Amino acid sequence: MSQYKARKFNVVGQRLQRPDGIDKVTGRARYGADMDAAGMLHAKVLRSPHAHARIISIDTSAAAALPGVMAVITRADFPLASGEYIDLLDHCMAGDRALYDGHAVAAVAATSKRLAKQALKLIKVDYELLPHVTDIEAAIAPGAPVIHAGVVGRGVPKGYSDNVTRFRSFGHGDIEAGFQQADVVVERTYRTEATHQGYIEPHACVATMGMDGRGDLWVCTQGHFAIRNMCAAILGMESASLRVTASEIGGGFGGKTTVCIEPLALALAKKSGRAVKLVMTRDEVLRATGPTVSTLMHVKLGMNQAGRITAAYAQLFYQSGAYRGYAADFGAMPAFAPYALENVHTEGFDVMTNRPKSAAYRAPGAPPACYAAESAIDEAAHQLGLDPLAVRLLNAAREGSKSSYGPTYAAHGLVECLQAAQQHPHWRAPLGENMGRGIAAGFWFNFGGDTCVSAFLNPDGSISVSEGNPDIGGSRASISMMVAEEMGIPYEQVRTTVADTGSMGQNEPTHGSRVTFAVGLAAIKSARAIIAEIRHRLAQLWEVDIDSVVWQQGCASCTDPNSEHKAPMDLRQVAAIASNTGGPIGGHHEVNAEGAGVSFGVHIADTEVDPQTGHISIKRYTVIQDAGKAIQPDYVEGQLQGGAVQGIGWALNEEYIYGEDGRLQNSGFLDYRIPVASDLPMIDTVIVEVPNPGHPYGVRGVGETPIVPPLAAVANAVTAATGVRQVHLPMSPPRVLAGLQAK
Amino acid sequence: MQHTHISTTINGQPVEYACANDASLLEVLRDQLGMTGTKEGCGSGDCGACSISLDNRLVCACLVLGVEAQGRHVETIEGMADKNNLHILQTKFLEHAALQCGICTPGILVAARALLAKHPDPTETQVRYWLAGNLCRCTGYDKIIRAVLAAAQAMREEPA
Repeated sequence: MSQYKARKFNVVGQRLQRPDGIDKVTGRARYGADMDAAGMLHAKVLRSPHAHARIISIDTSAAAALPGVMAVITRADFPLASGEYIDLLDHCMAGDRALYDGHAVAAVAATSKRLAKQALKLIKVDYELLPHVTDIEAAIAPGAPVIHAGVVGRGVPKGYSDNVTRFRSFGHGDIEAGFQQADVVVERTYRTEATHQGYIEPHACVATMGMDGRGDLWVCTQGHFAIRNMCAAILGMESASLRVTASEIGGGFGGKTTVCIEPLALALAKKSGRAVKLVMTRDEVLRATGPTVSTLMHVKLGMNQAGRITAAYAQLFYQSGAYRGYAADFGAMPAFAPYALENVHTEGFDVMTNRPKSAAYRAPGAPPACYAAESAIDEAAHQLGLDPLAVRLLNAAREGSKSSYGPTYAAHGLVECLQAAQQHPHWRAPLGENMGRGIAAGFWFNFGGDTCVSAFLNPDGSISVSEGNPDIGGSRASISMMVAEEMGIPYEQVRTTVADTGSMGQNEPTHGSRVTFAVGLAAIKSARAIIAEIRHRLAQLWEVDIDSVVWQQGCASCTDPNSEHKAPMDLRQVAAIASNTGGPIGGHHEVNAEGAGVSFGVHIADTEVDPQTGHISIKRYTVIQDAGKAIQPDYVEGQLQGGAVQGIGWALNEEYIYGEDGRLQNSGFLDYRIPVASDLPMIDTVIVEVPNPGHPYGVRGVGETPIVPPLAAVANAVTAATGVRQVHLPMSPPRVLAGLQAK
Repeated sequence: MQHTHISTTINGQPVEYACANDASLLEVLRDQLGMTGTKEGCGSGDCGACSISLDNRLVCACLVLGVEAQGRHVETIEGMADKNNLHILQTKFLEHAALQCGICTPGILVAARALLAKHPDPTETQVRYWLAGNLCRCTGYDKIIRAVLAAAQAMREEPA
């Protein structure tokens, strides 16, 4: 059922300022590490320096005896032994084996950070080194060291090691018949390296635990309800006994949707009887949180002379770290999603290695798959002498097309995005020497999920909105704007707050590009519930039928010609009579939001390659994306620009580098280099608006799609500039130079 | 660890503290003085989130010792607005939506103020190279650069 109804907007679409803006430009906003508690201890974590080792013994006695040390914990302090959450606990604190460089083996809480650090040095861990594997190709080969025996899922094909834990395939038609129809068949192997989400704020939390077994946790997270559920399960508490408050969050991008230090801080608080603050260092963030997957991908694609894709096949291996991964499905499904294909088949594999447990990173799994698929389309078009944009338009999925992963598409804006690219001056701008232009389309599903919103009419007529999703890109502003729009009142009259887990029902984390869509939908429905209640109260008060009480432009008025109540009542006047007509007025909405609405984007990249060094510069970049309806266009543009630049970093410089010893060699921002201001041009944006039928205002999530096309767009541009197909990301200067020299 | 008594000036006000001789100025500001507007992103001078000015020189507070502030002038984000009047840079950052998560924002504002003190009419390239030591992961820098250029213009037209 379509939720969308076309309307004229008054507040939505304006470039209004966010309510957290002043706090963030003055230093007043409180992030994870900015909180203190009375009598607080400081915690530090001891981490394995080995890629894979049996833990024979841990002697904490000397550390525990150091004056000022109030608690030392190891895995022995966690009774949880099996079940759904055991992988999460093992990732937070190693059991009988350390599975990657940086894996936690013990933690200390002391009266100062210095003492806690000193105590770590007194803990004696006896390790027995085990064979390790960090490379995806080595990990899937029969005979590879196996990270966890006995966790291979059903359907995994034979011929691989037990590190291949999951296999999923999607598609339809007959690809062999499709390849027969092709005039050109291209086939290649592509690789991408692991990257980190790279949020500037390290993970941080402050935990307290009372003698009654009830705890509080202050934490920077994308989902405090998820953190609450995970921590309660790991520590054997009831969810109601643990109240989690989300701090302002200094970036997440998917990496802050799970636990890493929080159960340790709570266990230390429980053991010491004191509040405990635990803040990660950057080295710990890079070694033991995030990162994203690395990949090994084989793609074969057939195209006829007209440019029609006759068959597409992708086999995608995703390296997921030391635990079962998530990317097999999320990578295999979107690979060819932008195209209406008769014959398509994709296969996704999750592969375990001795690396940190991979975490979601903005459209998790899609950017590498898109890179391989869009490179193949580019190569086939090039071989046939066809325009790569025209080829994409010819094959583009439309409303009613069967997607490559199964469902049939509702209305979406891919064709409009491709047309906008054709019309954009960037597409026709001249290129200089050593320059090349690349284009790529990308897709993300988007998500809705469990959502609660409560809105209240205050005695002075203002509206307070409580929601349960940490604001990562301006969502408090967007939600206030939607409520103001629905109620017909000024934006300034509404204030949205992210409530703690004791104050709201379950909410999915801020992930899946879901907040503006799902929380917005629930907020609109909450506002409608307030309006319905006001109409009900006034119908009784005015002794008229409820249909005679209408809500327009922030006021209730009576349309019954026989009624004497002619003067409209605004929210302040309604609030004044609330108590005498039944009590406070509020509206709430709880929903598993369906109909998130897919989002497509098209990126154009111009690159210049230095033939002497292999160094690549981005000279011009344009992002075009369907937002359904941009509630606050500045924040939509911000998502498009930020996602594109993260993708550029993935394409050009970001890479986890492991040594032969299985240890991470670049665990700092100096060597793990994310894009800086001087690396980039302005990032031009075009917002396309094809309304999502699943949202009252037509909103689609926009946060994740922008990281999907850049890897391919930049690789296609570098290929155009050099004549060498780029098959391994990042395109670091040595890799590019080697390709140029081999030409 | 031996402690040293320090007399310094922070955001124009006299401040005294005793700090461990190996404590960074960032630790002193955040943990001892409760001035948490200055952020720690790396602790190694690579991210710029802890940018402050020390005697009008832009530095990373994580690379300066607390004892080095003796007798000097420290400026942090907390001193940027004049009571309830935002600095033009702060206003322009809000107008241009030049922040998302906001964790890098204090450091970038302090760095941008130092830039405009030295180069009141910077080119886009100058702004990009000056801010190359301040990592932002959310914005792609576009709106930050625009905000700094707009602030520069506004400050030239109407000196603060």
